[in-house]
Amino acid sequence: MTYAQPIKTAFVETLITLGDDHLILGHRLSEWCGHAPMLEEDLSLPNMALDLLGQANNLYSYAAELEGEGRSEDDIAFLRNARQYRNLLLVERPNGDFAHTVLRQLYFAAAMQPFWQATLNCSDERLNGFAGKAVKELATHIRHCGEWVIRLGDGTDESAQRMRKAVEELHIYTDELFQPNAAMRICVEAGLIADPAAQRDIWNTTIATIFKDAFLQVPEIAFPQQGGREGLHTEALGHLLSELQYMQRTYPGMTW
Amino acid sequence: MVEDTLSRPASMDQARAWRVAAGVPDPEIPCVTVADLGILRSVEIIEGVAEVALTPTYSGCPAVIAIELAVETALLDAGFEVRIERVFSPPWTTDWITPEGREKLRDYGISPPAKTSTSKMGMFSNDEVNCPRCSSPDTRKISEFGSTACKAQYVCKACAEPFEYFKCI
Repeated sequence: MTYAQPIKTAFVETLITLGDDHLILGHRLSEWCGHAPMLEEDLSLPNMALDLLGQANNLYSYAAELEGEGRSEDDIAFLRNARQYRNLLLVERPNGDFAHTVLRQLYFAAAMQPFWQATLNCSDERLNGFAGKAVKELATHIRHCGEWVIRLGDGTDESAQRMRKAVEELHIYTDELFQPNAAMRICVEAGLIADPAAQRDIWNTTIATIFKDAFLQVPEIAFPQQGGREGLHTEALGHLLSELQYMQRTYPGMTW
Repeated sequence: MVEDTLSRPASMDQARAWRVAAGVPDPEIPCVTVADLGILRSVEIIEGVAEVALTPTYSGCPAVIAIELAVETALLDAGFEVRIERVFSPPWTTDWITPEGREKLRDYGISPPAKTSTSKMGMFSNDEVNCPRCSSPDTRKISEFGSTACKAQYVCKACAEPFEYFKCI
């Protein structure tokens, strides 16, 4: 497909924005490799990370190709600074304990799974192809992490208390899941992606259903946190990028 | 059905190119070929070049590049010029694993996916998985994830054999 301006710029920016969510969250999950509380989770977290990194790779490659200015997917991932990233604040939050990690993953997947499902009806064939895979993969993430939220919320006093703390700390970042930036709104108008804002009801239902079984309350948020979609991040992203981009910054152009 | 979406070999060259590509084993699960898994979508000869369409199983499957290289190498060795295309749509499903592929997986000790892929969002739901050794349905999931993204770990409660299950997607 080819696109005329201003749609083309907005679409490239949107693909990179979505790619940023998947790359950053994938990197966060990969930090668990070798540190998970049990072997089974040491397999599951990097496997989920792999799904997200694969999705990021697809989105970045397509953005680079559409843009046609000689950038590669690696240039997009490794050669931008924090202010140029458009990922949600939610996905850059540090892993915290296992309760934080599974809750963050559930929050993200419960919004993105219906988003990709609705994007299957949009007009760009390549993006539909990515969406078809993401729908299946994120459904697994919802199930796996939803089960853990229930186990921990309905577990011991200690696990329930940690789960409540994770909700308290992460819920303020969830409003941004439904706040597209200007480029994304252009793409929604042009019928290229589904409207993230339209997924809120499905997300609310998924979270409420799981929280009910987990004996957790959905908190009221007076001051939701946002800014990532405009490139205004928390301190955590800079630290993450310093590790993610280390090799390419130290040995420019390195490949293997 | 998968056969409908695969291009039929129209010429002898095309038939030969298909056979060469189809014989390439999966690098992670070498008991099955790319054709058995249904990831080889089509092989066409266009202006003397073998154009091969392959589809990834999972978005982040690390074997994708190895598979593309192996197919390319096999065709080059057979004297073809090759162009590999990575296709995403329609997305791969375990329903595309051929009946022979399912048998080969079982013989290899991997339980093939439950027959039809459906949405698995229900919490704590399980596929009915049969032991690849003794065929007992009395099995228990040990781990949702295994040595590759596409497999889970199970154990048979009848014969006590631990085994891998090729997850249904």
